[in-house]
Amino acid sequence: MSDILVSEQSAPGFGGSGRPSGRLLEVEDLRVEFRTRDGVAKVINGVTYHVDAGETLAVLGESGSGKSVTAQTIMGILDTPPGFVTGGQVRFHGKDMLRMSAEERRRIRGEGIAMIFQDSLSALNPVFTVGFQIAEQFRVRRGMSRADAKKRAIEMLDQVKIPNAKGRFSNYPHQFSGGMRQRAMIAMSLALDPEVLIADEPTTALDVTVQAQIMDLLGELQRERRMGMILITHDLGVVADVADRIAVMYAGRIVEEANVYELYRKPAHPYTLGLLDSIPRMDEKGQELRTIKGLPPNLMNIPPGCPFNPRCPMAQPVCREKVPPLLQVGTSRASACHFAEELVNRD
Amino acid sequence: MSDPSAASLVSTPRPEQPTEFGAPTNAGLPENARKEKPRGLLGDAWRDLRRKPLFWISATFILVFVLMAAFPSLFTSGDPVNGALSRSRVEPSADAWFGYDVQGRDVYARTIYGARASIVVALLSVIGTLLIGGAMGIIAGYKGGWVDGLLSRIADIFFGLPFVLGAIVILTTFNGAGTDNNEWQIMGLVIMSLVVLSWPVVMRLMRSSVLATKEADYIVAARALGAGSGRIILKHLLPNCLAPLLVYGTIMVGSFIGAEATLSFLGIGLKTPVVSWGIMISEAQNYIRVSPFLLFFPAAFLVTAVLSFVMLGEAVREALDPKLR
Repeated sequence: MSDILVSEQSAPGFGGSGRPSGRLLEVEDLRVEFRTRDGVAKVINGVTYHVDAGETLAVLGESGSGKSVTAQTIMGILDTPPGFVTGGQVRFHGKDMLRMSAEERRRIRGEGIAMIFQDSLSALNPVFTVGFQIAEQFRVRRGMSRADAKKRAIEMLDQVKIPNAKGRFSNYPHQFSGGMRQRAMIAMSLALDPEVLIADEPTTALDVTVQAQIMDLLGELQRERRMGMILITHDLGVVADVADRIAVMYAGRIVEEANVYELYRKPAHPYTLGLLDSIPRMDEKGQELRTIKGLPPNLMNIPPGCPFNPRCPMAQPVCREKVPPLLQVGTSRASACHFAEELVNRD
Repeated sequence: MSDPSAASLVSTPRPEQPTEFGAPTNAGLPENARKEKPRGLLGDAWRDLRRKPLFWISATFILVFVLMAAFPSLFTSGDPVNGALSRSRVEPSADAWFGYDVQGRDVYARTIYGARASIVVALLSVIGTLLIGGAMGIIAGYKGGWVDGLLSRIADIFFGLPFVLGAIVILTTFNGAGTDNNEWQIMGLVIMSLVVLSWPVVMRLMRSSVLATKEADYIVAARALGAGSGRIILKHLLPNCLAPLLVYGTIMVGSFIGAEATLSFLGIGLKTPVVSWGIMISEAQNYIRVSPFLLFFPAAFLVTAVLSFVMLGEAVREALDPKLR
């Protein structure tokens, strides 16, 4: 199950030039379970994906599909207990982070991999000024003087396009608007110039116009800095503009991975098809919204065979017996469906 | 914790690492350098405190009390210990502003000299209680699991001891009849018994606010940016959990002055010739009807001192909360 996915760089222009070979961040066959009083919930069941420098991978999935838990495992901020990593690897520059010492992992956080969170109000410490919290990283991790750190922090606020960055430096988080707080959060995450940025639903708590601005900003900063970015979202609209590749998750597995154009044009998994079908469309105004029937499976009791089979319109007897592995379909995409070829080859 | 060498961990230098950032508007103006330093939490709090009349009033009172405790002879030339029985319970007059007590001692001099024992005992016990209880609470709340279980059970044991009974046991053991401890040793013992018997309350208070704060996203975010446990506790948990502790601490100042009086009244706390407001109040209670001034003056000082500490605590708490600025 581990070495099947060989989806290469798919977005032209972002090829691996200028970087030594080898993946920047790879997640391989990751398995995580939550041991609770009610039983064991298998939250991640063999997730494999990677992200390279200068590339944006969108991880798409509904609530509870395991996309955030994967990110938490990469960052090493999974709450243990109840969460336990039961298998797989998370390799950063080829080194397995799950086998590193706590101190080694801590140093990678912020400088190697950074993360931004959904709710930026609660992700900023309310008792310190925004500027202080950004400057603190320069002081602690880079050993800068207070004055230098302040200068750098103002530059960071400037980069994320906070107007009057100098004046805003000494404001507290509650004096910022939602969009500005998310910008400040981005500035804080990027302060130490990380190579990979994980954005966990960065726009969910914002209104639509601000969402677009934040996504533009993230895309711009990602290109400027040639960062690898993992964008976790359940919003198909957000993904289309920014992502190079998309990995669709369902019940703790990747069910499809493809570049954006291919995935939108012709999904190779019935779940993806259902997701795309349920986007509200202007030309179908007035009609009932199409949905995927049923509910995601209970992670303590995942159905045998393909986890999507109870909801799948194409389900056959084989789907209830065999778990479909994530297999390459065509040249640069992969799907975990027994009928992937048929889906791709249909008109 | 500051580890500049960590930078080398990022093994491959970025080819297009942005070296020039958006034009720094205030680049390198030496005369500005001092003003440019970011103020921390305490700097901002101090700037805010300076504008509060509540702070200045309470601080002035506390300063006076502290001076009184340190140099009582600045305020009075009277003798707090020896008196003439002929002046027993003489009412206040121009000569003796606060009158004379049962033993004919000058109440004004005694009140001034009493400040030392009362304030030293109350302040040091509060500081000790906050330090021990706060530290135990933070560790228990942050670590959780068996550490929390162990510390909480230890706290429960002390919590179960009735205050007066516990103090009697401790003080009769170390300060019973026949011991000749000096003034400072007795104060130390009283402080110790107050701290030992009251830290569990503070620990529970701290533990519960740590538990509530620990789950906040900014703690997770700090971890995700590579902050270590020490930094998370000192920079994120402590400032956000301090407010209830400060409030409780200021209230404790008053109750500890009262507790010290109770212990003195029971004969196991401070003893004559040491003077404290507590001793004066407990001596006065038999004469409330005939000579109420005996109770009034030490009680008035006590109330003023407690009120000053409560007001100071309130001002500090408001200054530490950015949302109230």
